[in-house]
Amino acid sequence: MIRLFGILAGLFFSAAALWAFGNGAVNYITDPTAPTAEHEFHLLPKELNLASDGPFGKFDKQQLQRGFQVYKEVCSACHSLRHVAFRDLAALGYNEAEVKAIAAGFQVPGIDPATGETTTRPGLPIDYFPKPFANDIAARAANNNAVPPDLSLITKARHEGPAYVYSLLTGFQDQPAELVAKFPDAKTPNGLHYNPYFANLNLAMAPPLTSEGQVAYGEGNPKPTVDRMAQDVSAFLVWTAEPSLDKRKQTGWPVLGFLLFATVLAYLSKKEIWRDKKGH
Amino acid sequence: MSFPWANHYEPKHPLMQWMDEKLPLPRFVYNAIGAGYPVPRNLNYFWNFGVLAGFCLVLQIVTGVILAMHYAPNALIAFDSTEHIMRDVNWGWLMRYAHANGASAFFVVVYLHIFRGFFFGSYKAPREMIWLLGVVIFLLMMATAFMGYVLPWGQMSFWGAKVITGLFGAIPLVGEPLQQWLLGGFAPDNAALNRFFSLHFLLPFVIAAVVILHIWALHIPGSSNPTGVEVKTESDTVPFHPYYTAKDGFGLGVFLILYCAMLFFLPNALGHPDNYIPANPMATPAHIVPEWYFWPFYAILRAFTFDFLFIPAKLMGVLAMFSSILVWFFLPWLDTSPVRSGHYRPLFRKFFFFGLIPTVLVLGYCGGAPAVEPYVMISQIATAYYFLHFLVILPLVSSIERPEPLPYSITESVLGSDDNADLKPAS
Repeated sequence: MIRLFGILAGLFFSAAALWAFGNGAVNYITDPTAPTAEHEFHLLPKELNLASDGPFGKFDKQQLQRGFQVYKEVCSACHSLRHVAFRDLAALGYNEAEVKAIAAGFQVPGIDPATGETTTRPGLPIDYFPKPFANDIAARAANNNAVPPDLSLITKARHEGPAYVYSLLTGFQDQPAELVAKFPDAKTPNGLHYNPYFANLNLAMAPPLTSEGQVAYGEGNPKPTVDRMAQDVSAFLVWTAEPSLDKRKQTGWPVLGFLLFATVLAYLSKKEIWRDKKGH
Repeated sequence: MSFPWANHYEPKHPLMQWMDEKLPLPRFVYNAIGAGYPVPRNLNYFWNFGVLAGFCLVLQIVTGVILAMHYAPNALIAFDSTEHIMRDVNWGWLMRYAHANGASAFFVVVYLHIFRGFFFGSYKAPREMIWLLGVVIFLLMMATAFMGYVLPWGQMSFWGAKVITGLFGAIPLVGEPLQQWLLGGFAPDNAALNRFFSLHFLLPFVIAAVVILHIWALHIPGSSNPTGVEVKTESDTVPFHPYYTAKDGFGLGVFLILYCAMLFFLPNALGHPDNYIPANPMATPAHIVPEWYFWPFYAILRAFTFDFLFIPAKLMGVLAMFSSILVWFFLPWLDTSPVRSGHYRPLFRKFFFFGLIPTVLVLGYCGGAPAVEPYVMISQIATAYYFLHFLVILPLVSSIERPEPLPYSITESVLGSDDNADLKPAS
């Protein structure tokens, strides 16, 4: 009885799935999905190699400092970094006095101790990076109706995050003529900027890194080309997304080493225990 | 029940004797997972996964309880509290990655455990109850994992919760009120997040209770084995301890190496980047996908794109998705072949390796892919096969198949001969 009922139920579900397949196949042939500009012109991120890549990778602190400088002087005008506190910057190799000075260079929201009114004050190491806009409405108003995303986790929040950030920053270009010829409706609207690494190809952000030397790197640093600056800020955003990355990998190796050793011992003891018993 | 030749617990130390009289817990453990439990001597490494699943449950409970000390189940700050764990809590990143990857590891282990059961016929009499309890555990795991994924309150958390609770909305008449009752609102919000947290904390302990029943039921007939031939004599078995504790210890080591390699070097590989974006009810992600361990079932859900007879497509998908697991409950009565092990079932084996396994892998792949062609059409074919396999092919194969000859006993399968075989006629 169960089997009879089961066979009927099985045939029912299979028939329903095949019915959907048949209908879908007919639709697929008679009404194929029209190609879109996004489908044909969107590009996967360019290759980017960072010091922190791979199981042995470690942050290049010098690069992180340069990346932080790019964030501070360029990105921070529109993008917040709300999960990062100034005190965290000590991990980039800044000493206490430098962290204090960096914090003091930012105005953070505060309360006037005399009147109780909201005001701003110079930042302290315990403060978090302040938001450039009071709220999303203000952000939209200033940015062609787009809210600039918070950058703290951006390299984890996108596929191939660091390479994506790097590609986006260096990927602005004129819209290809063939795109406009093939998809006249997909012409980049006024106020947006064409970038094939962005999901829908048109981005409200204007090219932020435009000329060599836009950020003045200190002595002993490489030349601040647009490509260099984009790489550096990507590296910095890998750090903001996961400050514990170095520690994670450094912890991983001894753990794996111990486990390997313990597993070999476990294998040998298993062999020893089973020596007089043939099993499987 | 145990076999008559099982070792007996005899406490030697006066303290242990005293304990045994008052509360025979050591005796219980000795008989359950110690030298007092005789186990077939021929178990292969596929029999490691039960113990590993138990280990994963403990791992998830320990890391989860620690995470709950720092996590805030409030829609306003849940996302930030997760980042607080990652950044400010000492070793918080380790606990969170261990828990997130631990869920994946748990499902890997449990899927291998289940497919071990499929192949070796572990669900057959006299072990039906063990199987039924196992399916209950799996369903509880799915509910727990789903609610756990909602807790970080990222984009996939929110939209996953919306899609899955939306499934209840497909039920005729009561669907929408039921969905609102489950969520405590019209869409996932603070009420839903709070109850999901509460249940996510509770369910693992329910799972632990059902695991105890699962093991209790196991100890009545004893463990199955790769030949599917029941234990006949003492030479067919070895005591669980030290033979299988040693073997499981080695298996645990291999498991931990793989798990820790993921945890320390690719902790986000199995997650979705969108879940690092805070939940935003106003912005739908381009592709809403659950975690990988739900992909086969998600593919079945999405395979029903057209109304069938008088049943709306959405309801059909929901029915099929739930049925795809519910059929497992009926497996002991669908597969009537008296031979348990796939090793001796030539036809069953072909359908298992060339039908079921590829189907489930294809469904998994399509469930993770965007809902566009050709993935939808492929998952429709695979879904059709999936139901045919369990509900039509298995019963038919059981009745037409001619199984290969079985060994007389486990001992014979291991040693090539069994002295007892000469004394008694083979049945």
